[in-house]
Amino acid sequence: MSFPWAKNYEPVNPVMKFMDEKLPLPRLVYNAVGAGYPVPRNLSYWWNFGVLAGFCLVLQIVTGVVLAMHYAANSGIAFNSVEHIMRDVNWGWMLRYMHANGASFFFLVIYIHIFRGFFYSSYKAPREMIWLLGVVIFLLTMATAFMGYVLPWGQMSFWGAKVITGLFSAIPLVGEPIQIWLLGGFAPDNAALNRFFSLHFMLPFVILGVVILHIWALHIPGSSNPTGVEVKQESDTLPFHPYYTAKDGFGLGVFLIIYFAFVFFFPNMLGHPDNYIEANPLSTPAHIVPEWYFYPFYAILRAFTFDFIIEAKLWGVLAMFSSILVWFFLPWLDKSPVRSGHYRPLFRKFFWFGLIPCMAVLFYCGGAPAAEPYVMISQIATAYYFLHFLVILPIISSIERPEPLPFSITEAVLGSDDSAVIEPAAKAAE
Amino acid sequence: MASTGTADAHSEANGAASVDGVRRRDFIEIAAVSAAGVGGLAAIYPLVSQMAPSADVLAESSTELDISSLEEGQSIKAVFRKQPVFVRHLTPDEIKQANDVDIDSLRDPQTLQERTEDGHHNILVVMGVCTHLGCVPLGAAEGENKGEFGGYFCPCHGSHYDTAARIRKGPAPKNLQVPTYEFTTDTTIVIG
Ligand code: HEM
Ligand code: FES
Repeated sequence: MSFPWAKNYEPVNPVMKFMDEKLPLPRLVYNAVGAGYPVPRNLSYWWNFGVLAGFCLVLQIVTGVVLAMHYAANSGIAFNSVEHIMRDVNWGWMLRYMHANGASFFFLVIYIHIFRGFFYSSYKAPREMIWLLGVVIFLLTMATAFMGYVLPWGQMSFWGAKVITGLFSAIPLVGEPIQIWLLGGFAPDNAALNRFFSLHFMLPFVILGVVILHIWALHIPGSSNPTGVEVKQESDTLPFHPYYTAKDGFGLGVFLIIYFAFVFFFPNMLGHPDNYIEANPLSTPAHIVPEWYFYPFYAILRAFTFDFIIEAKLWGVLAMFSSILVWFFLPWLDKSPVRSGHYRPLFRKFFWFGLIPCMAVLFYCGGAPAAEPYVMISQIATAYYFLHFLVILPIISSIERPEPLPFSITEAVLGSDDSAVIEPAAKAAE
Repeated sequence: MASTGTADAHSEANGAASVDGVRRRDFIEIAAVSAAGVGGLAAIYPLVSQMAPSADVLAESSTELDISSLEEGQSIKAVFRKQPVFVRHLTPDEIKQANDVDIDSLRDPQTLQERTEDGHHNILVVMGVCTHLGCVPLGAAEGENKGEFGGYFCPCHGSHYDTAARIRKGPAPKNLQVPTYEFTTDTTIVIG
């Protein structure tokens, strides 16, 4: 669906006319990211991150397929095959650094994209399905990145695999058999490495499929915008092309400069040096940590150190999974009819002074050693995290008094909107 | 429209509902769907089962250890099913510490007696696999951090085990697992 004033695709070139009749692919592109897709005229750069995430996915698939031409998924030679990529394969070092840093930047972009959603409540009706699919994409991407990190078969790869599959052993009764089944052995070994490679190769294409559903669902109501007021009329929108292709293109340029600064000048800054030591099943590194993008969830996992009805270990695992699953319920937890945080004074305070510092603390603690004071700090931050979503948000949405909204996007941008005046007059005439 | 007529004729001949609403064709429909369902499940079974440990992984032989040179206060690390095993010759002091603990105060109550073999209560054999998420705890080698209770310390999420390798503090739910093993001679252990 689109707005009634969306431009229609009218091919002039006979080849395109032929194509449009037999397989209207150009029409699909025109209506999705071309002049045929009207978009709110007031989107800020926070709306750039969806396109950037899509770019990152393509980047990972392209560099990944190329790496897979040189990589060998066998626990005897995997580590050396990655060194072979780094030293011997033409441009191998660059492709691997692009893939490894690409994963980090992918997560950076996704996190910003998700927090944009939190601030502007993009998850609210009519966009619930877009949000739900987004959470699914995030979960799949986490699984993919986890399995990718195992492939170089360094110390962090090995122990990461052991600890994360160990999460399943927390499930009562069937936990241990499940862990052994997932690994195909009693500890990570060749069987595990091979299946992780197979899944790491395949899952990105599943993600691509869900991304297509995500965008399909988006194109039904269209994008939200910084005011959170829905599009009412043609003057509220601009065609995606050339306006947002240009804006997103500029954002992509900035992204690429920062990304390649890391690839070329600090390629190992976001990684862990221990992963350049080959996996050793008999010795755990003194301080094992996941990749930085898993820190907040790792902090939540480690925050549970005491038994309470059920084992501490099970609490940690349940809390870690729930911390993401709770996002699925967001559209129904936050009942305020106003979307944008710009018009929600109370919500805004809890966002900037509650959720954001809480996430920052969890990020920090996830990378810190498992000792005091970090354990206690993670416990407090974990408690706030759940409180924020399950208690604070529902309460805010019922007691808050939102600030006055602009009549329309046009009014918000231009300061006045003719139809805003005409409408009450028309009503009076009735 | 023509097809409606055919369908009607068809259903009269074969599937017309009897008084209680049951058609003869219902049987064939249920049978077909059930057969497809059972077939589908049967097809999934090998796909799930292939992920379980393969025969060569299961066939990992047992591990034999000579502990004649293991002095009091020393440990060795062995390998069983590609996972570490710690064998420690406990000092009298460590045994005393382990026995002085009030058993009921433990998360996973077990005595040192129960965790060792008769006649060899000073030889403690445990898997070097933290019962939290599977890291290798420190404390078996000289100079490693033994944690607050003088046994083993898991650096991953901070689990402390005492001199009998029982969980005392941190997220791990169970004591370090004692594998099945036996003394074949006074100084030889066979694990597995
Ligand atoms: C969602 C997209 C993807 C993400 C987030 C991702 C993430 C990762 C990560 C974090 C690593 C470890 C990098 C390192 O430390 O060396 C990795 C390695 C690898 N990935 Fe991916 N990946 C993605 C897509 C793909 C695809 C589509 C393929 C192949 C078709 C692929 C093939 C590989 C290979 C062969 C390695 C091992 C080589 C290496 O370690 O650099 N990846 N991936
Ligand atoms: S794995 Fe040992 S404390 Fe978590």
